[in-house]
Amino acid sequence: MIPSQFKYLRAQSVEEAITMLQETHGEGKILAGGHSLVPLLKFRITTPGTLVDITRIPGLKDVRIDGDRLLVGALKTHYEISKDETIIDNIPALAKTASETGDLQVRNYGTIGGNIVHGDPVADYPAIALALDAELKVEGEDGTEMLPVDGFALGPLITMMPENAIVTEVSFEIPPAHAEQTYLKYTHPATGYPLVGVAAIAGTGDDGTIDYIRVGVTGVSDVSYRARPVEEFLMGREPSEELIKEAAELAVEDAEMGSDLFASPEYREHITKIYVKRALYEVLK
Amino acid sequence: MEKMVGQRIKRKEDPKLITGNGMYLDDMKIPGLLHASIVRSPHPHANIVSIDKEKALKHPGVVAVYTGKDLEGKINPVPTSWKVPGMDLIETKQYPLAINTARYVGDGVAMVVADSKYTARDAAELIEVDYEVLPSIANQKEARKDGAPQIYDEVPGNVAFKYVAGEVTDEDLENAEVVMKGSYNTQRVAPSPMETRNSLAQYNPGSGDLKLYVGSQNPHIHRMVLSEVLNFPEHKLHVKVADMGGGFGGKIGVYPDEALVSYASMDLKRPVKWVETRNEHFQSANAGRDMMVDLELAGTKDGKITALRAVNHANIGAYLATFGPGNPTIDFGLMLSGAYKIEKAQCTTYGMYTNTMSVDSYRGAGKPEVTFMLERAVDDFARKINMDPIEVRRINFASKEEFPFTNAQGLIYDSGDYVKALDRAVEKSDYHALRQKQEELREEGRYIGIGISSYVELSGFGPSAVAGAIGFQGGIWENSTVRVHPGGTVTVYTGTSPHGQGHDTTFSQIVKDKLGIPYEDINFVFNDTRAVSMGWGTYGSRSLAVGGNAVGLATDKVVEKGRRIAAHLLEAEVEDIEFEEGVYSVRDDNSRRKTFQEIAKAANFAWSLPEGMEPGLEEQTFFDPSNFTYPFGTHIAVVEVDIETGEIEILRYIAVDDSGKIVNPTVAEGQILGGIAQGVGQALWEGVQYDEKGQLQSGSFMDYAMPKANFFPKIEMEFTETLSPVNQLGSKGVAESGTTGSIAAAANAVMDALAPLGVKHIELPLKPEKVWRAIQKGGAES
Repeated sequence: MIPSQFKYLRAQSVEEAITMLQETHGEGKILAGGHSLVPLLKFRITTPGTLVDITRIPGLKDVRIDGDRLLVGALKTHYEISKDETIIDNIPALAKTASETGDLQVRNYGTIGGNIVHGDPVADYPAIALALDAELKVEGEDGTEMLPVDGFALGPLITMMPENAIVTEVSFEIPPAHAEQTYLKYTHPATGYPLVGVAAIAGTGDDGTIDYIRVGVTGVSDVSYRARPVEEFLMGREPSEELIKEAAELAVEDAEMGSDLFASPEYREHITKIYVKRALYEVLK
Repeated sequence: MEKMVGQRIKRKEDPKLITGNGMYLDDMKIPGLLHASIVRSPHPHANIVSIDKEKALKHPGVVAVYTGKDLEGKINPVPTSWKVPGMDLIETKQYPLAINTARYVGDGVAMVVADSKYTARDAAELIEVDYEVLPSIANQKEARKDGAPQIYDEVPGNVAFKYVAGEVTDEDLENAEVVMKGSYNTQRVAPSPMETRNSLAQYNPGSGDLKLYVGSQNPHIHRMVLSEVLNFPEHKLHVKVADMGGGFGGKIGVYPDEALVSYASMDLKRPVKWVETRNEHFQSANAGRDMMVDLELAGTKDGKITALRAVNHANIGAYLATFGPGNPTIDFGLMLSGAYKIEKAQCTTYGMYTNTMSVDSYRGAGKPEVTFMLERAVDDFARKINMDPIEVRRINFASKEEFPFTNAQGLIYDSGDYVKALDRAVEKSDYHALRQKQEELREEGRYIGIGISSYVELSGFGPSAVAGAIGFQGGIWENSTVRVHPGGTVTVYTGTSPHGQGHDTTFSQIVKDKLGIPYEDINFVFNDTRAVSMGWGTYGSRSLAVGGNAVGLATDKVVEKGRRIAAHLLEAEVEDIEFEEGVYSVRDDNSRRKTFQEIAKAANFAWSLPEGMEPGLEEQTFFDPSNFTYPFGTHIAVVEVDIETGEIEILRYIAVDDSGKIVNPTVAEGQILGGIAQGVGQALWEGVQYDEKGQLQSGSFMDYAMPKANFFPKIEMEFTETLSPVNQLGSKGVAESGTTGSIAAAANAVMDALAPLGVKHIELPLKPEKVWRAIQKGGAES
């Protein structure tokens, strides 16, 4: 890697990190796992004057439950998430997502906070984060605020992230115990990212109708999205193969499909429907 | 004692590398070292109007900036080293930095030399080049059409060469019972070794010597060619290769970058290093394949193939690469009929200049392309006459009784037993059960495919007289020196240039069997033009078949000299001295004995030697084989196609290969395994993509899909052993066989899976989207 020159700082606390960022006057970037940032440095797509390393800040790897929500420290690595018992017990689809993110090296270094805050529509986490109304705990110069993941990314690598602030925690809704969960991924052969990744969580009540349904889609489009038309179509109805097939047809409504050498927008639409269908079969079988 | 040749010996090379004790070129730090960065054209074709280097020169840490004009008359163009007689080659001038016109994205236009690689890169971005963009073209068939953009004034129609091998008339085709036409194109791929290209030049202004470390598969060829490019004598030019992380053909070529670094070191009187970035590799490392082949096949209804006529449009890029003209014409063109006894074959090759990076040898170099063509065509033919593809192959194979077998275009295959390898593959895969399962699964709406590929390849380069006849600008013999030290340990020098293959291990096995000394007592020196007198390097699966045999023959000479010394010391006749397990003894009285170590000491001390014998125990051999070797085999791939999405899963892969005598099965399997990954990679995922004008679109691994280990099931490998009569070991090449066999096997499997859906052809690589679209259309790919 031959990046442009930058200054390297290491923060020992959240407060110190914020101060360090302020002192860079907009030229600073946070370095956590580095697996999103370093490739950008390599291509010189980003040329920050200063990198503020937050990996040694204590307390940002905790996992805990607060009421009906699961809170994950922003520095938790993908590997740690894939093996965490509290996460596996409550949101197994999150653990599965983490276990399928990148490769071994990426999973050992990459962090959930860095992954989501990067705003990359081809990342794995947005599918489950959108499905489970995730919120980012953002600590900055104006105090602490909770930003919903839905609406956080405005376009590829463009986000609502305020200046001189860091994400310290990600909060997820815990689905009811009777709901089945999955993350289904079509891996892009070049990048290892999802060409399409579908998080689906669904359950049926005593009367056999669907009483909980969440579908998040990532990879295919300019912004990862929650497939609300699919959810609305299915809610309150009795699942069947035919019904699911029909629902999956709604999976690309309002989504702006991306394009690369591997897959055209048309193909992306097609496989999104197929993968949403298969994910729904899995959780509603 | 059991022979070491044939045993699974662990690789000697690995402990050093896996414990971090290797020394790659980029690890080298030399006092005063400078770093180079090359400014490359972002346009496929453009006149260079002006270059402003002032800002770069003012940048702190910058030592020099060179442009093509600065170097004009100081460095010669980089030539090709393969000029086939009868091809009417038009060789254009590739200046190390373009002087007036850049002809591909990545063509060097300036070079910055600075005190660090970071500074050099920063300064490179400050160089302002004013371009006048010219019309450009990337596709070789389009480039031959009337009105296509002209890349050189002196090359009408962009045709660098035309070459015809063999003859097939229109009547040969018209009178046949079955005639079939098809296009079988192999797309361009990037060699992508783990370690990219690199060079470090160190000129000594005191001695006038130039030492060049370079990522090269053939340091002596680099010395020879760069001597010409730099006007610098060979005896003062020392080319050395550090530990090297792979080549795959991409490091055969002599490149402008190496000449530039050498020139800068001489000019600045300081060492200069350049290491290619991965993005640069996609732009400026010689690519592989890129052949568009139209084939006509004639045959009978009962499965006999009678004639093949091919036209190959080979994209050779903007400049001729070192081996560029040879791959499509010789390696492809003369191997048209493969493993089959086909009476007539003709290949017409057009070598086409385009606004793309040069194309050179890439693992297999013509043989994977021609095998892909032929084996896909054999399957299409089988489908057309409604015959099992195994049967069609069996009917057409050259039989083992016919060896040495002369193919349709005059190449003489050394040895072969094609049926045996095919039978083993059929048995190992349980082919007939697979066919039955295929039927059953189709009933359930699942589509598996079984793909067969039987190949033979020209390898083990080779007889030098033939090299001359086909215009290869060099010899292809090999050289080895075996030097015995006074204590009886041995250093062996060879002209082959390992960069991951395992020569150290396998060649040591050969020496160990001959000398009977401990394996640990044998050391090898490669990759150094001062240590090794001459040699031709590692490519064309030649190292064992040529270099390994040179090592064996030089060792034999050492044994014989030792025998004469032993006879003298033991006061016996030379004919009565036996040599076994490292001990010379007198026949019928083995109490009279001398160990190899004792003889080594006696030879080096020279206190008492036979009259007239020179001291020392060191022998050299130059081995020029009488023929190439022709390894062969049958691969069977089993895939399942998800017809809803077009995704392909490889269920099984069976490879039965015959490379003659196997010296080390573990090393040989490693070669086959890696080769299969590259071939299947070409079939399913890889591909350099330019737009029609030559703008590079696959500029990084984000767009270029390399095969990963988890894309494959366990590869089921086996060897049959049909010895080659052309060398002492009986070995054939092995390193390219995996690639040669596997492109067609994988592609045939996918086409077999899709046959019931009416899909007949899809261009490589078989990306799921293309597969899905072909299924939608129930016919040819869009």
